[in-house]
Amino acid sequence: MINEMLTYFAQGANWAGETGIPARLGEHLWYSFLAVAAAAVLAFPVGVFIGHTGTGKVFLVSASNVLRALPSLGIMTLLVLLMGIGLLPPLAALVLIAIPPILAGVYAGVANVDPEVVDAARAIGMKDSRIILQVELPLALPLILGGFRGAILQVVATATIAAYVNLGGLGRYIFDGLALYDYGQVLVGAVLVTGLALVLDGLLALAARALSPARRAIAN
Amino acid sequence: MNWLLDNLPQAMGLTVEHLYLSLVPTLVGVVVALGLGLAFGNRPRARAIITAVASAIFTIPSLALFVVIPSIIGTQILDPLNVVIALALYSTSLLVRTVFDALDAVAPEVLNAAEALGYSHARRRIFVDLPLAVAPLAAGTRVAAVTNVSLVSVGAVIGVGGLGQLFVSGYQRNYPDQILAGIIVILLLALVFDRVIAVTARLLTPWLHQGASAASGEGKRRRTSPAPAAPAPQELAAPGREAK
Repeated sequence: MINEMLTYFAQGANWAGETGIPARLGEHLWYSFLAVAAAAVLAFPVGVFIGHTGTGKVFLVSASNVLRALPSLGIMTLLVLLMGIGLLPPLAALVLIAIPPILAGVYAGVANVDPEVVDAARAIGMKDSRIILQVELPLALPLILGGFRGAILQVVATATIAAYVNLGGLGRYIFDGLALYDYGQVLVGAVLVTGLALVLDGLLALAARALSPARRAIAN
Repeated sequence: MNWLLDNLPQAMGLTVEHLYLSLVPTLVGVVVALGLGLAFGNRPRARAIITAVASAIFTIPSLALFVVIPSIIGTQILDPLNVVIALALYSTSLLVRTVFDALDAVAPEVLNAAEALGYSHARRRIFVDLPLAVAPLAAGTRVAAVTNVSLVSVGAVIGVGGLGQLFVSGYQRNYPDQILAGIIVILLLALVFDRVIAVTARLLTPWLHQGASAASGEGKRRRTSPAPAAPAPQELAAPGREAK
């Protein structure tokens, strides 16, 4: 199995064209990016609102738990049957799993800002919108980034299932390999997805470090 | 829903399989994480290594792990054991961090008091540290259990995995009703798991709730419970699991 995988990696033909490794990698990243971006657009304002006002915490917890329990494979196959094959069904499934970590990160970040700091900002005449933009969000940045890191990892890992409904991405190697009993190819997909997740996680950790307010304060 | 009503025996069989495939890894995760946490919580080097390995395991996509495990431990690719091992690894790596944090959070005064009362180290570990770690551990276990319930279904694409088989066969037969049935039963299972763990944790930590129950018992009218505290970070921010 491992020898077959190494042979697959060694063949130049597997690195070129529409089904080559770079192309699959590109598709995988594209689906992941779309899903995280859409989830951010949906979850970010809700997280800020609940964190800032403190209303809706119960809703937040139960919504996260329900979303966490939703099986992406089920959601995706159901949507394909209802809407037909296309990018939307896997994207919807990916967006649903990206929402809880982003929501939790944004909420926890904003809610954990020291109330005295917020009071001070209000005392010097800041409006709510300015408090959110200039006080709460910058201070919440580490937790927000942590939430995004979790979301990106989950989406990249889950994007493999897009191949189950005949889309591209690195999952293709896993599903094509399973269909052909070619477990070397399955392993190729597994190794590539894991590698991608590890590399992205490392990059995001570095980015979070570079962007953390404490770091910037020291640098300035 | 028609499919569910017409095929109850089959659905029951898959549910039982699903239950087994998600319950066992959760239990293994709790036991192993507790063991690791108690054994290495006070050893910074070992602890750093365990935390690093745990986050690395967490980045491995579940589908990848399901298909890689056979080549590592020599099981058959269709063996349900692959799913159990993969999910147990995830649960352990999620929970071991929770256990470390939970044990750290026990106030030093409490530990000093226990030692002053003559508790041996082992006795203190079991009768003081552990009970105080129950609440955060339960919060982490809820996340692990719920994600396991939904992750098991991915195993269906490699031929194992309880209710996930409804997704695979519903998709192949172009039968949305069957998929919907699978989603609903999985959500119900996750809900039941979540409640069972929450209630168990409550029963194990009566001191955390004594104030509240005394208050509701005293008044003639039933008092509404105090506003829920901010959700524990473990409950919210814990990374869930991918590839559901």
